[in-house]
Amino acid sequence: MSNTPVNPTRKATLLDKILGRVQPGGDELNELLEIKTDEGIQEMAPRGRTTDREMSIESGTPSRLGEGAARTAEGIRLDRMDVDIEVPEDETMILNLGPSHPSTHGVLRVMVELDGESIMRSKAVVGYLHTGMEKTGEELMYHQGSTNVTRMDYLAPFFNELTFSLGVERLLGLEIPPRATWIRMLMSEFNRISSHFLWLATNGADLGALNMLVYGWRDREMVLSFFEKVTGLRMNHNYIRPGGVAADLPDGWRDDVLALCEAIPRRMDEYDNLLTGQPIVQKRLQGVGPIDADTAIGLGLTGPLLRSTGVAWDLRRDQPYLAYDDVDFDVIVGTSGDCWDRYAIRFNEIRESVRIIRQIVDMMPGGDYRVQDKKVTPPPRNRIDESMEALIHHFKLYTEGFRVPPGEAYVPVESPRGESGCFIVSDGTSRPYRLHMRAASFANLQALPHLARGSLLADTIAIVSTIDPVLGDVDR
Amino acid sequence: MSDQTPETDTHAAQESPAQASLHGCPSEMLFGAAVVHCNRDSYLELCRALKADGYVMPVGVSGVDYLTHPGRSLPEGIAPERFEVVVELLSLRDRKRIRVRCQVPGDDPHVPTLFDVWPGVEAHERETYDMFGIRFDGHPDPSRILMPEDWEGHPLRKDYDVGHVPVQFKESPSGVSAAGGSGTGR
Amino acid sequence: MGLEDLQHNFLTGTLEGFVKWARASSSWGANFGLACCAMEMMAAGAANFDLARFGMEVFRASPRQADVMIVAGRVSQKMAPVLRQVYDQMMEPKWVISMGVCASTGGMFNNYAIVQGVDQIVPVDVYAPGCPPGPETLIHSILTLHQKIRTGQITRRVTPAGVRQGAGIHLAVPHGA
Repeated sequence: MSNTPVNPTRKATLLDKILGRVQPGGDELNELLEIKTDEGIQEMAPRGRTTDREMSIESGTPSRLGEGAARTAEGIRLDRMDVDIEVPEDETMILNLGPSHPSTHGVLRVMVELDGESIMRSKAVVGYLHTGMEKTGEELMYHQGSTNVTRMDYLAPFFNELTFSLGVERLLGLEIPPRATWIRMLMSEFNRISSHFLWLATNGADLGALNMLVYGWRDREMVLSFFEKVTGLRMNHNYIRPGGVAADLPDGWRDDVLALCEAIPRRMDEYDNLLTGQPIVQKRLQGVGPIDADTAIGLGLTGPLLRSTGVAWDLRRDQPYLAYDDVDFDVIVGTSGDCWDRYAIRFNEIRESVRIIRQIVDMMPGGDYRVQDKKVTPPPRNRIDESMEALIHHFKLYTEGFRVPPGEAYVPVESPRGESGCFIVSDGTSRPYRLHMRAASFANLQALPHLARGSLLADTIAIVSTIDPVLGDVDR
Repeated sequence: MSDQTPETDTHAAQESPAQASLHGCPSEMLFGAAVVHCNRDSYLELCRALKADGYVMPVGVSGVDYLTHPGRSLPEGIAPERFEVVVELLSLRDRKRIRVRCQVPGDDPHVPTLFDVWPGVEAHERETYDMFGIRFDGHPDPSRILMPEDWEGHPLRKDYDVGHVPVQFKESPSGVSAAGGSGTGR
Repeated sequence: MGLEDLQHNFLTGTLEGFVKWARASSSWGANFGLACCAMEMMAAGAANFDLARFGMEVFRASPRQADVMIVAGRVSQKMAPVLRQVYDQMMEPKWVISMGVCASTGGMFNNYAIVQGVDQIVPVDVYAPGCPPGPETLIHSILTLHQKIRTGQITRRVTPAGVRQGAGIHLAVPHGA
């Protein structure tokens, strides 16, 4: 049974054919489309055709069985009685949202069973942006890998590149120079700011505050123009590469960064006035979509979603990478795990990132911006004109790539969405044997049925917005 | 959090160069990460025991197809199979990570599901099934997640072509032929 | 009955000019942002680059109310029929801008999962290259489209370019082509 509403075009009549007004495609196309947009068992089926265990996921039950049951090592035994949907099936409606819809979170398709306006059960159907990046990653060499992984979570491209580079460096056993580490930190924190600004913009838009869309993008543009100055691109930079970064920071970067550090907190205070204190926003977000800590941990949630439940887990502090143990910052933690907490966490993470960036500006060391290891680093571009060895070295590195010893590595980082990590299996050649990205959004989206259960349809939009999925990350 | 005390000597056993083991399965340190190898039979038991040890968060489940791999070294008692299911786990209390690698034969790829141990592996196992064809017995919703429902084949297997469309006038410089090499002949 | 059925003559010449100017000046976009390009599309619509001054005041979620479909991002095999369905639901006259290299040719993802160019599925009027194309490039492509609308013949629709017979979707050639 297809749940996608199909609007059939009207059949071509004789008059149409005489006047030459034939619809392109016509009935044949519609039939084809109706078959082709039906995703079979991936969609939500009526209750009669859904197994008990699947019902339990869609209504968020395994996580609702309470503390004791969720933590038992033996497992969860389910009973149809546990799935507490009292409303009979003929009084509910299965509604399809997406994959093309005005909520600006990408091609996420959500199917919900509604009793009036309340959600009984929900299911996210993903895969509409599946790009085969993991397969493509096996065809590209390691120095090309950043271009591929950077497009997975396209709002936080530096983090994808960072986790990939850290994994490759772990396999190579490379020690990268301190300046490269601090530059990576600087760019990562700015990326966190730009990603959270976009979240602020789209969250406002989803709640109905459309002007936030404009304000959030205005501030994001400030950060993107800094990115353009440093990396050459506004998005998908391919800047953090195995061995360091692609280029040094431009002259005058300190002034630019400090100007941003002045402007951003002022803007955040404006948004505090605009959004945080506003009763409508508070009513829309407080108490909506709560989740408790044990459920969140069992579901594998990370990032602001986990921190909103009160678990103070932030990889920058608990399993530090780069130089995060040398800077001082707070980990923002919520209390009740609802949308309001997630909103407040992301809001204040922007302020914390500005604080980290100020410290980076003071503590940025001098030196190389990439490791001077001939096996990994190409020679500087101007040497290629002068020296034959440099030319040959450059040529070999860019056509054959550098070989990575066989092994496997997984180095996670704290992206704006949670724990993002690249699992690389190498086989001694210059291409990864297996490249798997543990995507934060993919795991976080599993929380949707739990959070949406019992809420209103409009709240579901707010919930999806505060989960903040990036479909490039989910589908890869 | 859980008030079960972990076995404190099992992690210390991993540091010794002799064959270390954890809950009866051989373990080692690989590039700074703790890894436990197991066969299909001991997979579920091992995972349950690890959860009792404090590894309460499932970070991810994925697969690897070792069909064209030159050869990997596995500890004694573990026979290499075509597929491996890799489970990454995290203990928040101890700030430790561990990786479980389970061997799965290529001719009948199925393993028990970990859904009852950690509900958060649901989407990851679906993706592993979609991409590799490894079935997870007892999974509540064993359907494809990334590919369309009528798709045939499992894309991340090594014998599945990457699907290059030949680009006119261009010979790929990296040696992968424009007609769509399977990525093995390099 | 629409303007497409009128014959060319000197009486309708001025009317055509007026109609084309009106269409070009207020073509609203259909919300079809898929991936990274969608971020640049939204940036083009935001304050710094402001598409509203070109008449693209809003991006309509409902394809019935939209004129231009900007396919922003990579189109996967699963998304392709959905794309076609949204395109079919748009009312004539309609145009398509293929934004970004992934939409134009498949981009850097020459693999099993991505449709190698959205012109396999829908007829495209303007291609905007870039990965992602910056807002300036997108605005240039929109202005090119406006130029095309203003100077093109309204009695002739663009034919679907590059639709291969083997694509599985057979399009009848629209009238007047």
